[in-house]
Parts: sequence; C-alpha cells; structure tokens
Amino acid sequence: MASADIDVEYVAKLARLALTPAEIERFGAQLGALLDHVKALEELPVADVAATAAVIPGTGVGREDLVQPSLDRETVLQGAPQRQGPYFRVPSILGEA
Amino acid sequence: MDAVLDRSAREIAEAVRTRAVSAAEVAEAAIARVRERDPQIGAFLTRTEDLARERARRVDERVAAGEALPLAGVPVALKDNLCVTGTRTTCASKILEQWVAPYDATAVSKLLEAGILPVGKTNLDEFAMGSSCENSALGVTRNPWDLGRVPGGSSGGSVASVASGTATFALGSDTGGSIREPAAFCGVVGFKPTYGRISRYGLIAFASSLDQIGPITTSVADAALVYETMAGFDPCDATTVDRPVEPAGTLREDLRGVRVGIVKEFALDALDAAVREVYAQAYRDLERLGAELVEVELPTADYGVATYYLIAPAECSSNLARFDGMRYGLRVERADVAATYEATRAAGFGDEVKRRILIGTHALSSGYYDAYYVRAQKARTLIAADFAKAFARCDVIACPAAASPAFEFNAKSDPYSMYLMDYYTIPMSLAGLPSLSVPCGYVTPPGAAGPLPLGLELTGPLFAERALLAAAHAYETGTQHAKKHAPPPLAGAAR
Repeated sequence: MASADIDVEYVAKLARLALTPAEIERFGAQLGALLDHVKALEELPVADVAATAAVIPGTGVGREDLVQPSLDRETVLQGAPQRQGPYFRVPSILGEA
Repeated sequence: MDAVLDRSAREIAEAVRTRAVSAAEVAEAAIARVRERDPQIGAFLTRTEDLARERARRVDERVAAGEALPLAGVPVALKDNLCVTGTRTTCASKILEQWVAPYDATAVSKLLEAGILPVGKTNLDEFAMGSSCENSALGVTRNPWDLGRVPGGSSGGSVASVASGTATFALGSDTGGSIREPAAFCGVVGFKPTYGRISRYGLIAFASSLDQIGPITTSVADAALVYETMAGFDPCDATTVDRPVEPAGTLREDLRGVRVGIVKEFALDALDAAVREVYAQAYRDLERLGAELVEVELPTADYGVATYYLIAPAECSSNLARFDGMRYGLRVERADVAATYEATRAAGFGDEVKRRILIGTHALSSGYYDAYYVRAQKARTLIAADFAKAFARCDVIACPAAASPAFEFNAKSDPYSMYLMDYYTIPMSLAGLPSLSVPCGYVTPPGAAGPLPLGLELTGPLFAERALLAAAHAYETGTQHAKKHAPPPLAGAAR
C-alpha cells in the first residue's frame, strides 16, 4: 500500500538509491505509517518558536587557516574501490568521443 | 591472572602502574577471555589481538619509564563506528565491510595515550540505527543475561562485551539512546555526556546534531574516569566545547541536598506491574539516600520520538550521501556514474538505513522542508525549553531508561514499535543533555532465562556532568544493584 504522503520512487531517485518494486511497496507502507505518527507535531504551538539551529548556543568557532599534515595518500588510496596510480578511478561523467 | 579482568578500570590501571601485573599479562588474559566467552555472545565483529599486544608492550615500557598512565593496561572494546588506524571499521554495514581506517578517532587516540589495550571492535545496528543490534548486517549479538534476547542497541556489542566480562569498559555512541538503552538491557552503566564534550572526529557520522561518544562501564566511578580522559576541545571537531572538564574527584555517597525531578508525564502507570515496582522502589531509594523528590513537567517530551524521527533521518540522509562507491567502501559497477551510485547504495545499505535515508530525503525535499524538518527543529526548541524550566526546580531528573527489560529476537517487526524503545532517552538527546543509565533492579518475565536488569536514567543540565556522576555514584553505592546478580558467563566469577 503506497502512502499519499510520500512518493517513495521519487525520493529514492533523489537519494540515489535503487529500489525493487517490493521495496517501494514495503517502504511506502512503513514510511506512510511513520509520517502519520509525526503528524502529532502539528498539535504543538510553534508559530512563534525559533527553530533549533545549534544545540549548544554560541559554539560557532573559527580557527587559523594553517597548513597541517594530511593523511598519507597511499594509505587512503588503499581504501579506494578502484585506483589508477595516485588517483581514484571513477566512472566517466562526460561522454567520450 | 584471569581474575584481574574482573577488577575495575581504576584498579587494573593501578595494578599495572605499580607493576603488580604487567600490561602484557593483562593483554594475554583478556585475549584468552574473549576467545573463551565471545563465541556465545558475539559482541565483536573484529578481534584486535595484535593491537592489544602491541599496545601492552608500549604501556609496559612507559610504566617502566615512570609514566603515570590513568588507564594503563585496561582492556577495552570499541564500537565499530570508531576509526582505529589499520583496523577494519565497518559500522556493521556491507558498504564498509572491508574498509580499513587510515586514522584514529580523537576519543580513541586519547584513550590509547592513557594506556588502554583495545581487544576488539564491537557490533552495532548498521550505522548506529536501531535499538536492538538486530540491524547489523555483519553479525548477531546476544544478551549475556539471556541468550534468546537482544542486547539493545545500537551499541549492543559494546554493552554485551562489558556485561560478559570480555572488556573492562567499552566505548559506544548515543544519538537517541544508543548507549543508555542497551546499558539498561545488559545491566551496566552507560553515559552520554553533554553534546560537545567529546570530539566526534573519527566517529562515522549518523546524525551530527545528536551524536555523542560515551563510556560503557561496570561502575559510575569508571565512567567518570573514562569520560575525563576523553573529554575536551578538539580542533578537528568544531562542535566540541572549549570549556574546562571538572574532575569528578571523590564521588559522594549520599544525596543529601540533591533535588531529584520526577517527570509528571512519565507516569509509571504506563509500565508493566513488575517493571513499575522496580522504578517505584528506585525513587524511594533516592529519597532514602537523602534526595528531595520534586515533580517536574516536560509537556513536550511526548513529542520527542516524532521530532527525532524527522531530524535524525534528515541528518542521516545528508551524512550518508558520502557512501557513493567512489572513494571508499563497496562499489557496484554499472554503465554510468548515476547507476553506479544507485546500485552501490542499494547493495551496501540494509533496510533500516534505507528507510531513514528515504524519510530524511523526503523531510528535506522541496515542498516538505517547512512542514517536516523546520517544524521538528521548532519542536526541539520547545523540548529543550521544557528541560530548562524543569532544571530550575531540580538538580537531576530521574526516569526509566527503557519501558521494558531486553526483549526477544524478532519481537519488534514493526519499525515504529522499535523506535518507541527510545521514548525515555530521545528527549534528552534532542536537548543535548548529559544523561546516563545505572542498574536499578531486575525483573523475570515469563520465559526469561533468569532475572533481567533494568536501568534508571539520570539526566543533568548542560555541562553538569560532575553533579550527575556524583548523584549516580551515590545511588549506585546506596543500592548495589550491579552486584546483586551477574549474567551467566560471569556467575562463577568474583566481581
């Protein structure tokens, strides 16, 4: 049962998530039920309330822009799904001639 | 040598510092115990025996050189969403199943500097999303008190290792209750400090406005020691607060002059009779120990779960966008880059992670952002304001950590029923407050293998860790619940 509140197929596209038809069905029902529960928030008088922007107020911090040692390139590339020499190898994003 | 493992972190460190025992001996005993006990429990996804031995050698050298290491030779379990250099760090997800961390989380490096021996990386609900550890893609963790029941979650492996004696303490992470609920289920102490107290650098992010690292221990005194070792500003995490960490020092043993708030909206009538009696007794014990009980109101706390299940998934959908199969982890190759992203994420994430990514993406999407995400952040402001009002009348708030003891596997098939397990822990997380669970009694439901522990949740105002830990220590020493029973693997061992 799909929910009127959420178009799972569209949202999955935005989230870059391939879903099977069975998943679309199942997640649609489960997320529709969750959205019914969160509707309770409409009972709260929030018109004049500021949205929480930071949990601990006044914690915005800056620091000097200093050159620091970074992670070793070879170590990081060992975690790459595919590499080519000192680079990450990724699928092409521009059409090839 | 095995018996040394049943001492507190403080005592083990003292024994190693005074060279009554070497860190190398502790490491061998800890490794043997993990091998002996963990096959029944499944707390660990990866055992780090070589690392424990290597660190033990260094600790012994440093002790010999006269260094006073606060956690010298203490065997520790680390939740597998914390990066440890050269160690597989999976988040219990197929998308990171083979990923080896290239650096240490700050919390981990501070503990290593203090002398810990990491014995392994522990199981969790995938990316810390869940309340039973059943959402792990990589293993099953059982509750040491009853192997037919879940350990709680998401830090299920960490609490199970401490409860079964395979680590002296563990690190967990808590986003909506992921340290406190499993600590309650496994009869150990679980402490989530104030948001910003402990660096999350190297903690793989789930919901960044909520995630906090914290200790899981067998006593409040050990929780205080580990917390003090980890806390403090870190230039690598801009959300850490540059504010002195007050040492807990000698923790007091009574509650005279402490006002404990009992939340009107968390009436115990809602609970099962046996569970209700344990909490009613806990409140009476607080009073017996000298506390003044005052009723406080948290009228918006009932909206916590709804608020959380918009904010946390929204942040999750953003944080987990980085898992696209390009730079680390799994890649499922397809004809073009978009199809590769989609196939990689489909194969790499489990159902609960997918649900949260979907609901979060929806809540942040054009046309829904104000109705869902912004409204939830406004509700969050109201919840935090209610706590501020309550703390004008009390020093600490007491309530159940969970509505029930540990449940059986597959008992919560509907996602929302699982979400409700964090009913008592979520509001505190939304407000960023320091909060912990301490053992407060036992119930034996029909069909249980034996008594199952319950946890009392104590919560303090922002940055009031010292007063919170002091109150928890006084309650713990005044009731001795943690010493009344021991889970089966420990039953024969002196505690």
